[in-house]
Amino acid sequence: MPSTLFHILLLLLMPPLLLGVINKTKAAFAGRVGAPCLQPYYDLAKLLRKGSVFSSTTTWVFRAGPVVTLAATLVAALLVPLGNHPAIISFNGDMILFAYLFGLARFFTTSAALDTGSAFEGMGAAREVTFACLVEPTLFFILITLARMSKSLSLTPMLLYPSPAVWGEAGAAMLLLVGALFIALLAENCRIPFDDPTTHLELTMIHEVMVLDHSGPAFGLILYGAALKLFVLGAVFVNLALPFKSGNLLVDWAAFAAAMLFLAVLVGVVESVMARLRLVRIPQLLVAATILSAFAMLLIVR
Amino acid sequence: MVSFADQLLVLVMLINFIMLGSSRLAFAIRAVAVQGVVLGIIPGLLHPFSGHLLAITVSIILAKGMVIPYLINDAVRKAQIRREVEPFLGYVPTLLLGAVFTALAFVFAQKLPLAPEHRDLLFVPASIATLMTGFLILTTRKKAISQVIGYLVLENGIFIFGLLLAEAMPFMVEAGALLDLLVGIFVMGIVINHISREFSSVDTSRLQALREE
Repeated sequence: MPSTLFHILLLLLMPPLLLGVINKTKAAFAGRVGAPCLQPYYDLAKLLRKGSVFSSTTTWVFRAGPVVTLAATLVAALLVPLGNHPAIISFNGDMILFAYLFGLARFFTTSAALDTGSAFEGMGAAREVTFACLVEPTLFFILITLARMSKSLSLTPMLLYPSPAVWGEAGAAMLLLVGALFIALLAENCRIPFDDPTTHLELTMIHEVMVLDHSGPAFGLILYGAALKLFVLGAVFVNLALPFKSGNLLVDWAAFAAAMLFLAVLVGVVESVMARLRLVRIPQLLVAATILSAFAMLLIVR
Repeated sequence: MVSFADQLLVLVMLINFIMLGSSRLAFAIRAVAVQGVVLGIIPGLLHPFSGHLLAITVSIILAKGMVIPYLINDAVRKAQIRREVEPFLGYVPTLLLGAVFTALAFVFAQKLPLAPEHRDLLFVPASIATLMTGFLILTTRKKAISQVIGYLVLENGIFIFGLLLAEAMPFMVEAGALLDLLVGIFVMGIVINHISREFSSVDTSRLQALREE
């Protein structure tokens, strides 16, 4: 029970911290002091206190967008085991639900963007969906490979399965999976090689352009939802990449939290040393990630 | 040690994908050099240590990892090639084809009547996959240099297959194969120079057009 409580607390409170750590890392690389790590919390608090402006051309879809997106991401977050603790909800086949909750979230984000009737936001929605199509096979190849390795269709046994022994035995396949998952994580969260989350008025951006018309609490929900998505996919990544199990509850939670912070630093480093790819090169990288994960599956199935 | 050799073979197959997907010629040459070095290490891991083995390992790393890439780089410089690879097929289709061929290689290797001790190893599928990658590079790229790289990858595929028999294979046979390769690269280099002098480009698709002078 305390573990469940801790799970929920961590889930609700930690995500903005990851964004703060990423920004701090980028600032350190650029030689700046940067905003404090807690800045995203202040931003959220500020946005939630503000009023909202809704265009008269929008319908209920526009208002539902942020709410449904956040709700779907939250439910997905309950399906993922954190640290060494099993997920709160777990049943056979929940990996499909997990993948399509993200699909639902994306559907409502893009629908809300289309609902504004702005050509600019429609363009962002089209790009988001195009790249999502290319990320999905990667995600599924990874899930199928894990399902095959752990002989289970539920996320909790699948993600708790990797252990040092598994890494020793199928190290190459695991490494490929981790690499593919990292690329998928960057693409899903619109981080730098795919999309620049800090630009606000450029023709090349993807995610930010879709949420331009949201304001106040609605925008706060979107920001929080984006952070939560990074947290959930990051938890999947950490479960795969760090097969650390001590058995002691506190140590496991501490290791998990530290690993998540390290992942945030890693994302910050990638964002600092890489430039955003040209739009035509993005599918190439995503296809490469798909091939990596497919190859990992091949090695396991053989 | 055998499992470590398997990891190295996975690396070799990943380098195949890198070569199929890269658009830079210099990068592809470096990738083929790395592949050669990795392949040179494998026989040293598999078989008990001997002077003969050491000689093979060192000579393979020298030839595949240094001499041949150097010769290709030299040809690139002499023919004054810029950087593009210019494929007939796009990078993404060739990558996908490469992935399909790799998958087929695994299926095919399982159907082969292999000795039981070789059955679970990655050698045979890796060899077939590398062969097919070499074929793909040979057939889908326009520039003569990229075709030389394809030929090298093809040879690497054959070499992996030969690794299974490395102990049974006398040093002279191995050295002869390497010498063949070296001569092949020399000839290719000369041919490339001629092509570039005649046509002021090494685009082999231009060789299809007849012209009188």
